[in-house]
Amino acid sequence: MRIRAREITFAVDFGPAFLKIEAMADAIRIRDLRKDFRLGFVPRTHKILKGITFSVREGEIFGYLGPNGAGKTTTIKCLLDLIRPDAGTIEIFGLSHFAPRSREPLGFLPENPYFYDYLTAREFLAFTADLFGLGRTERDGRIARLLALVGLERAADLPLRKYSRGMLQRAGLAQSLVNDPKLVILDEPLGGLDPLGRKEIRDIIVRFKEEGRTVFFTSHILQDIEMICDRVAIIVGGRIVKEGALRDLVSERVLFTEAVVAGLPPEAFAGIGESVSAQGDRVLIRILDEAKVDEALDLVLRRRGRLLSLSPRTETLEDIFVETVTRT
Amino acid sequence: MRIGAIAGITFKEAKRDRVLYLLFFFAALGILASRVLAILTVGDRLKIIKDVGLASIAVFGVLMAILIGTGLVYKEIDKKTIFTLLAKPIRRAEFILGKFLGLVLTLFVMTAAMTAIFLAIVFAHTLEVEGALLVAVAYIFLELVLVTAVAVLFSSFSTPILSSLFALAFYLIGHLSWGLKLILAKMAPGPGRALVRALYTVLPDLENFNFKTEVVHGLPIPPGIYLPSLLYGLCYTAFILGLAILIFRRRDFI
Ligand SMILES: Nc1ncnc2c1ncn2[C@@H]1O[C@H](COP(=O)(O)OP(=O)(O)O)[C@@H](O)[C@H]1O
Ligand SMILES: [Mg+2]
Repeated sequence: MRIRAREITFAVDFGPAFLKIEAMADAIRIRDLRKDFRLGFVPRTHKILKGITFSVREGEIFGYLGPNGAGKTTTIKCLLDLIRPDAGTIEIFGLSHFAPRSREPLGFLPENPYFYDYLTAREFLAFTADLFGLGRTERDGRIARLLALVGLERAADLPLRKYSRGMLQRAGLAQSLVNDPKLVILDEPLGGLDPLGRKEIRDIIVRFKEEGRTVFFTSHILQDIEMICDRVAIIVGGRIVKEGALRDLVSERVLFTEAVVAGLPPEAFAGIGESVSAQGDRVLIRILDEAKVDEALDLVLRRRGRLLSLSPRTETLEDIFVETVTRT
Repeated sequence: MRIGAIAGITFKEAKRDRVLYLLFFFAALGILASRVLAILTVGDRLKIIKDVGLASIAVFGVLMAILIGTGLVYKEIDKKTIFTLLAKPIRRAEFILGKFLGLVLTLFVMTAAMTAIFLAIVFAHTLEVEGALLVAVAYIFLELVLVTAVAVLFSSFSTPILSSLFALAFYLIGHLSWGLKLILAKMAPGPGRALVRALYTVLPDLENFNFKTEVVHGLPIPPGIYLPSLLYGLCYTAFILGLAILIFRRRDFI
């Protein structure tokens, strides 16, 4: 199915545009990636990745979503050549991932950032810059800019072991940007952060896109992810179960409507919707059938109740996620 | 240059290790004790100073190489700092070489410091500087370089404790294997002799780097021995590092 869709795009765009497609290779192209681990005292084979296929297009924000243990980090480790896959191919901007050069246009933030904790943020960034062979003047200028970008200027000369979780995350982001990467790979960038921290990282991800970078990130929490992703893939148990643009995956369909009513007993709504909870004289009603929404409103008017709120719930990524995860 | 950056960070890390200073303290103690020992004994006091001093440098140098060397690669994997590092455009060979060179630099500094104390003690006794002592120290350092490579090799696939035992075994075998050479000289030609010959070729012979006896007793060192010993050390080190890289390249970092 997926392959056919790709062929169609090619057929339509054939002609002069074909060259453009060639020039704009996908940022990441993973084909049939497989990996087994042999673990335990008496080694048993665990299939971790069971044939992963997807592509990340240049310039987009791509969310790689799935529950804990689905294989997201393993996929990234294969891509970075930290783990050798048993089968399959990975290309980064058209280069095989086995070539160290394929990692030149790439920035990476690991899952729980672990860095040399005896270095200060400034020393650590300088070390990273040296790995890319940046000249001294270029290096110092860029480090100053990155520290400002992630808001660590005042902590720059503190050893990393004194950093909080959120500060480490930001030092990690700065480190991933040292080489001005075209592709940024973030493993659970929102993990373990408070709401404010999550918003900051989200804003930075959006800024990356505006700067023309491709962003590939993983998450097992979907809350407030969907507004920033262009496309997502959902991985469950080492298999991709859904992939595509968010608007194609999430329908506009109304799942149910929630009404909060005051001044009426819950029994009044029998046959219209189920009363979910009651608090004081307020009742929360969930109406599954869209046609019955009017009926509920009529009832409230007739019996002189008060309508406090009425909200249709459309399908979210979370619904799809829960549905696919429970199904598999 | 990338190797240099990794070596630099390794040096920085090794420098922070308390074990290093503990061993250095004992080495210095050993060297100073040789002076006391010399005073308490009759006979050639200078010989005792030289003997105990050089032995201190050799033994504590090797302990430094093993105890720090076996931890360095392992720590990178255990603390997961290696993920960020290898995600850069770095070859795994560069990582191993950087780690190795960083440790060699550390040992160079430590050996230089131990030697300074040693030479000062000798100078206090003789009031003259002896070049031959530096030659002996240089070959001890070459031995340390080889042992460092061995430590890095074992730590690329094993825990620090096991690696330390393996590396220690390598060191001991290396100092006993010359016995095979003696046996070899007395054996009649045949399959048995070929076996011992093969064994001797494979096993390290660290006595090649040992000029202590000559230096201590003021015997002349045959000039023809310097170069082969140097080449032996360098080739063996290169071989061990190659092996380490080969093993390390096949590893998964999960
Ligand atoms: N170091 C490891 N030891 C044992 N099992 C592991 C290890 N790393 C990953 N796994 C297994 O691989 C699977 C996928 O892990 P991972 O890729 O980290 O998942 P995710 O990042 O999606 O949470 C998990 O089920 C886990 O059991
Ligand atoms: Mg993970």
